[in-house]
Amino acid sequence: MDLSIFGYQFMQNAILAAFLGGVACATVGVFVVLMGISFIGVCLAHAAFAGAILGVLLGFNPLLGAFIFSLGIAAIIGPLASRGELNLDTSIGVLFSLMLGLAFIFMGLMSGPKTQMLSLLWGSILTVSRTDLILLGIVATTVVALVTLFYKEIQAVVFNRDIALAVGIPAGLIIYGILFLTGSTITVSLSPIGGLLIFSLIINPAAAAYQLTYSLKKMFLLSAIFGIVSGWIGLLASYLFNVPSGAAIIVASSLIFGLAALFSPKRKVKRWRVKDEPSRVL
Amino acid sequence: MRNLRETNNTVVKIENAVVSYREDVALRDVSLEVKRGEFVGVIGPNGAGKTTLITLVNGLGKLVQGRVWVLGHSISKGSINGIRKRVGYVAQLQNIDPRMPISVEEVAMIGRYSQLGAFRRPGKADRDIVGELLELVGMSHLAKRPIGHLSGGEQQRVAIARALAQEPEMFLLDEPTASLDWRAQKEIMELVKKIHETRNLTTLFVTHDLNALPDTCDRLVLMKEGKIWRHGKPEEMLEQDILSQLYDAPITTREHEGKKIFLKAG
Repeated sequence: MDLSIFGYQFMQNAILAAFLGGVACATVGVFVVLMGISFIGVCLAHAAFAGAILGVLLGFNPLLGAFIFSLGIAAIIGPLASRGELNLDTSIGVLFSLMLGLAFIFMGLMSGPKTQMLSLLWGSILTVSRTDLILLGIVATTVVALVTLFYKEIQAVVFNRDIALAVGIPAGLIIYGILFLTGSTITVSLSPIGGLLIFSLIINPAAAAYQLTYSLKKMFLLSAIFGIVSGWIGLLASYLFNVPSGAAIIVASSLIFGLAALFSPKRKVKRWRVKDEPSRVL
Repeated sequence: MRNLRETNNTVVKIENAVVSYREDVALRDVSLEVKRGEFVGVIGPNGAGKTTLITLVNGLGKLVQGRVWVLGHSISKGSINGIRKRVGYVAQLQNIDPRMPISVEEVAMIGRYSQLGAFRRPGKADRDIVGELLELVGMSHLAKRPIGHLSGGEQQRVAIARALAQEPEMFLLDEPTASLDWRAQKEIMELVKKIHETRNLTTLFVTHDLNALPDTCDRLVLMKEGKIWRHGKPEEMLEQDILSQLYDAPITTREHEGKKIFLKAG
């Protein structure tokens, strides 16, 4: 196998992007999985996508559009999620379809080639820019730093929001923080991973880690490792088989989840067998 | 204001409280005072407003009208987090995912977080307190187990340890024995009684089940249709006629080993 390709700058950038994106996505994924808010993640990803397309359409930085849209949606969902009013699933469903609708309208309004827009949909880790890398680095560091600083508050909130509130932890603020981090992570991962695929990189590594451990600390760690490994395996597969890198990363993360689920100790049911019974003297 | 309330020895004062959830009025003009060290049982049928009353004390319920003072402070957005840290709260049995990656010890430690504040991690002293409390509730042998693997009764014992880890000045228990089997129910009642007697904690205990009422109650509050229908000493309140009217169903009482048992008649 000719691995000289890894000597090129663009490939090294891609490896670094996969590392940073993997850490950030997989870490926020732990909240998303534990709090059972997967649909919020999908909704935020599509909001970021719609915002980015608006940026392309109106000629401003797509990242800025993605940031404003995903954080705007997080700001709408936050109060809905923390107050428990309205049916959260229904409201997110409405917002999600609205975002998708807007994205298609913005696409329809665009004249000329749609390459840049399509790259936001599929992502292209191999052409990741220096700015993308810096932003990914900032967000990944912030996510890890905040999780470390507020670990105990986060642990209480993911265990039970009402109990966290009852011991005097500002649970609403923590939830807003989590949504904000999820929105930011999705925004900076839009260009390397792609709007359609980013969500799997948030859910799959965390869901795989969830299968394997009863410790929250280990879950964060395993999730981050799975996120990074998914990125790197995906990159390698993309090079070896000449397939789109974003899609290869997602397939890799899904495979990791599949293996984790298959070998999960949490799925094992202790079976009672006749031979377990102490032998009786007749 | 604080000194006045404290010298009065009143820990909770609820004045003309009205709470409504959308179109339903959950509490209608309710007033109640609880003295330091008192054990107050709140009973009544489902939907009578018992839980709403108790959640006013830790600010989880929202007032539409009226005022609430707890531990000398009027409940407001600014004071609520401070008050919650001083009030231990045990809700009814929660549905916990058996795969939840949090251990029994960690759940009990959540109570310590109220004392630690931001950016500080639990130290040896906190671990010792949690260890002693798990011993008290008889759960120390399960300390490392995932919380979701415990039975309902065991989870409630851990919830009590968690609330006590706050070193609270007040203890709120909202149907702590609901959906537990009779043995677990009895054990929780005995534990609550022991805690009240040894720590002299002001306690508010809510239950719809008359047989789940610890016999340490100093006073009973009978709630019906969002109002305090009657209140008084347990021996005066736990009468067949009063209870039958409260629950709109004939209830008979029997004596068994010196303890009153309540049965639905007919």
